[in-house]
Amino acid sequence: MAAQVITANRLVDGAVVYLSADGQWVQSLEEASVAEGEAAAAALVAAGDRAVAGRLVVAPYLIEVDRGPEGIQPRRYRERLRATGPSIPFGGGMKG
Amino acid sequence: MYQYDAHDRQLVLDRVEQFRGQVQRRLSGELSEEEFKPLRLMNGLYLQLHAYMLRIAIPYGTLSSAQLRKLAHIARRYDRGYGHFTTRQNLQFNWPALADTPDILAELAEVEMHAIQTSGNCIRNVTADHFAGAAAGEIEDPRIWCEIIRQWSTFHPEFSFLPRKFKIAVTATEQDRAALRVHDIGLRLLRDHAGQLGFEVMVGGGQGRTPVLAKTIRPFLAAEHLLSYLEAILRTYNLLGRRDNLYKSRIKILVDSVGPEEFTRLVEEEWRQMPHDRIDLPEAEIQRIRAHFAPPPFEALPQRDAEFELRRRGDPAFARWVRANVSPHKQPGYAIVTLSLKPHGGIPGDATAEQMDAVADLADRYSFGEIRVTHEQNLALVHVRQRDLGALWHSLAELNLATPNVGLATDIIACPGLDYCSLANARSIPVAQRISLALQDLDRLTGVGELKIKISGCINACGHHHVGHIGILGVDKKGEEFYQITLGGSADETASLGEIVGPAFSSERVVWAVETIIATYLSLRRGPEERFLDAYRRIGPDPFKEALYAAH
Repeated sequence: MAAQVITANRLVDGAVVYLSADGQWVQSLEEASVAEGEAAAAALVAAGDRAVAGRLVVAPYLIEVDRGPEGIQPRRYRERLRATGPSIPFGGGMKG
Repeated sequence: MYQYDAHDRQLVLDRVEQFRGQVQRRLSGELSEEEFKPLRLMNGLYLQLHAYMLRIAIPYGTLSSAQLRKLAHIARRYDRGYGHFTTRQNLQFNWPALADTPDILAELAEVEMHAIQTSGNCIRNVTADHFAGAAAGEIEDPRIWCEIIRQWSTFHPEFSFLPRKFKIAVTATEQDRAALRVHDIGLRLLRDHAGQLGFEVMVGGGQGRTPVLAKTIRPFLAAEHLLSYLEAILRTYNLLGRRDNLYKSRIKILVDSVGPEEFTRLVEEEWRQMPHDRIDLPEAEIQRIRAHFAPPPFEALPQRDAEFELRRRGDPAFARWVRANVSPHKQPGYAIVTLSLKPHGGIPGDATAEQMDAVADLADRYSFGEIRVTHEQNLALVHVRQRDLGALWHSLAELNLATPNVGLATDIIACPGLDYCSLANARSIPVAQRISLALQDLDRLTGVGELKIKISGCINACGHHHVGHIGILGVDKKGEEFYQITLGGSADETASLGEIVGPAFSSERVVWAVETIIATYLSLRRGPEERFLDAYRRIGPDPFKEALYAAH
């Protein structure tokens, strides 16, 4: 079973957030709490449910990650883009 | 342009305050996300990959300069300084905060704008020929009828919860610049032999997972009966359209399953028994709306402006821009100018707040204060005096809005793709950027001629890949981005759906594939006058398959 972190979008602005080890919803994937095994993952899901009830985040879900020399890396490309933001410069169609 | 009356104004203001209360209740916890989601979607507010996204309606792609300045202001104050013009002639802001959205909608209401009918299973914001009111050969301004449809469809109680979203487009020329055949309903304004105004009514087109070209179910419908006939179509669909399967819920599936003849019979039967006079607008009301779209006060000018002609002959760069980005106007001495939002290497459809403000100023100076949004993600100033074209060209060049590529290979449609969209499987914009950079040589672009490349990041086809001369569809293969290519699609009056040329290409190979397709075309065309699409229709896919796959 792959390591997992829980992610969501923050209610107030939709920002991509991850649950950190100290129970905060943070924008940096590096600070995410990484769950190994089913029990730890279930604890993340429960924390996500509490954050939904507490109006902090929307639609939390687990993602699979690898931990390597470059830190925490989501396995799916979609999640890598969520973690880093759009792969293009913003605005105006200008070359960046 | 249409100006709101007291009813329109009150309706939009009421909607803003209603949404303000809904947002407050969401933030206070009275509403769950499940309860709030349909409410926010009715106001154009999506939750995307990285943030909320607000989609603002630009009915039939027409903006006043004041409206465009307001969009620039919102981009600056509430977003990140830019907006994205879409294939639905709308504008999307990619980074609004939830708590700000009622204020954004209130600001929009000040200039008669809103985000109604930009989401949900309703009749969506109606689209039109972006050259409406200016195009040579036009029967009459199709926006008259778009506005009638807008007023009829907004909050229509019977059609607010259809099986699925519903898109209507209207044109009034032989040339189709609004992709009628890939809409749920396409309406082409025409006159019959007696000179009576009417519509060719096409139904059941669409892209997405199951692309279908709309069928003409009525070659001529008297214009005065437009609304009752639309009601008959919508009622038939609302009653018989599938609600049990999202992928089979569009009207195109219904038309296909019962057959176009039977569908037509059902619509006609429904229509015959309707009380037309209770639905169709009285002539006085049609005239009232028509008056809003009276031509602007054009000057009486000679057909060709001598100064313009002289400059065009003497300045090759200006001539190149005129050839690609300027179209004939129905009024002597005037021209239609398309502003390219496709700078080479840029993001298709994006405009900064500074560009929006500057375009608003140029519209005031040169085009009666009116701006158009095209479904190909460009802007247009449609009433420009030929004698002003030189000065306008200089101003646009300073704004990076004068790339002479309209209709050419780098005028690429691309959906937001996986860089923004939560539905996407692959990125679209970076592919468009790489193709654009590879093809940016202006002599080569001109030499290749008309070529429409359209890129979607998923099968929902917001990037119109099915009707691209070269269509590119992003797919996810085991976590990697791949791109499937279709050839021979077209969204114009000779509409056709592209055919898959073969196995998908990796992201690295997709630019090579496009260049190989272009090289194959150049080697096989009868001459520069044979466009890519015509050549493809003559020679078929085999030479392209051979070039793309034989050696690999």
